[in-house]
Amino acid sequence: MTAAELLAALFPSGHSVREEGGLLFGTGPAAGGEVAVVGTSGGLEVGVESALALSAFVLEVARRHPGRPLLSLLDSRGQRMSRRDEILGLAGYLAHLSRAVEVTRRRGHRVIAVVYGEASSGSALALGFLADEVHAVAGARISVMNLPAMARVTKIPLDRLEEASRGSPVLAPGLESYVRLGGVESIWQPPFSKALAEALARPPGPDRRSERGQERGGRLLALSVRERVREGEP
Amino acid sequence: MTGPARSFREATARRRLEGVLDPGSFREILGPAHRLTSPHLAALDLPVSFDDGAVVGSGLLGGRPVLAAAQEGGFMGGGVGEVHGAKLAGLLGLAERQPWAGVLLLLDSGGVRLQEANAGLLAVSEVMRAVLSARAASVPVVALVGGGWGCFGGMGIVARCCDAIAMSEEGRLGVTGPDVLETTKGVEELDASDRAAVWRTYGGKHRYLLGEADRLIEDDLSAFREAAMELLSARRDLGLEELEREHRHLGRRLEEFGGCADARDVWRAAGVEDPDRLPGLEPADFRAAVRAARRGDR
Repeated sequence: MTAAELLAALFPSGHSVREEGGLLFGTGPAAGGEVAVVGTSGGLEVGVESALALSAFVLEVARRHPGRPLLSLLDSRGQRMSRRDEILGLAGYLAHLSRAVEVTRRRGHRVIAVVYGEASSGSALALGFLADEVHAVAGARISVMNLPAMARVTKIPLDRLEEASRGSPVLAPGLESYVRLGGVESIWQPPFSKALAEALARPPGPDRRSERGQERGGRLLALSVRERVREGEP
Repeated sequence: MTGPARSFREATARRRLEGVLDPGSFREILGPAHRLTSPHLAALDLPVSFDDGAVVGSGLLGGRPVLAAAQEGGFMGGGVGEVHGAKLAGLLGLAERQPWAGVLLLLDSGGVRLQEANAGLLAVSEVMRAVLSARAASVPVVALVGGGWGCFGGMGIVARCCDAIAMSEEGRLGVTGPDVLETTKGVEELDASDRAAVWRTYGGKHRYLLGEADRLIEDDLSAFREAAMELLSARRDLGLEELEREHRHLGRRLEEFGGCADARDVWRAAGVEDPDRLPGLEPADFRAAVRAARRGDR
């Protein structure tokens, strides 16, 4: 699904989101008022400039529009991989974007993320996964790395990895895996405008992804280990 | 300083914790006796570890109660899997429950553990949120980076989400590490075996000069201990004004150094005299040499 198709489905009465160089900025109308829209398109790999531009928009929403919900739309293959980005400190730019989203949420803005294309690694962490709720549309793809590349890096034979990934949400790239692990709350069904309104209407809460992973049978240890450490169990 | 230097880099995760915290004060939480191993590694017939490569607990630092976690680079390169990440996130959750003086994260990690990639990515995300949540609850979180695996992938972002970072010269910090960069973009982008180029790109000196690291210290457990004590007292507000200030700082960095293809060009553009001598300087001399040029003083 393209950004234009998604935006048309989210805001059937129109919107002011512009798509520029793989970045999405603007607003759209929802039941309770305007929603700020920020995101990436065309699989954009997020480098230092785009991370800074995304942060600027998020901080502007926090500064000028108190309480306005933030909708983050994600189609990104991950962080831009280059020597220049690393020299300039991409970790700092992605962390800055992460803090901007987090602080905006803590100031009372509802933050909803929708993965509509790809989502991977650095950009997924900084822009998408900090939302109150992460949703996706059918056909979206979330991964760390494809299996052939994983085989090269881990030196585990590809057929072994393919065999192990069957039925293993921990290893198999793809949207269904992330739903079972609790990283994606739901796969939205049309009409998306209704799904958005429902998500915006729910109250914010703590990070419940490990609970979801437990309920859905994808991550059987994350919740209990986290709770036991939080209790200080010797 | 008394006694011979004890290398942080060469120490195991537990030795690092012992060396950084007050002697004998570390109390491990959910230690190896519980044998909480990764089921995902076992499914691939790979070796497991009874602590899954993450040692977490409480201790004293200069007499003040703190929480501390250390990643064991010797197990799966400090890679973050389901259990490993849950231990880090749980410790940060504990930080919000009592008046701790802070949390120390001794990071040594290539990032997500690929053998449990999806669970690892979510775990890193949960750690990020837990760091920011602890900070929002006014608990300072300090990252110490000086292990053999550096601090890469999502853990590089986690480190920069903390209040402050102390790095040794040998420490390395980034998102896309040298091996992944060479594998995906080719040896022309970065030759991962060229130690000088890797060091210039990711190393402690460059990170300190740029303002990505707050302290540049010797590869010595006592030096990390002193830096941790100092940085715990330098809590940084996690609010809109502070983020707007940081935004201007990061914007200026792109204006000043955006055209640089190599870290040496950054050092030159920053006004460091004779940048080619920087690699050979001891940390104290280095700090003096770049004091005027350093962009990160806050």
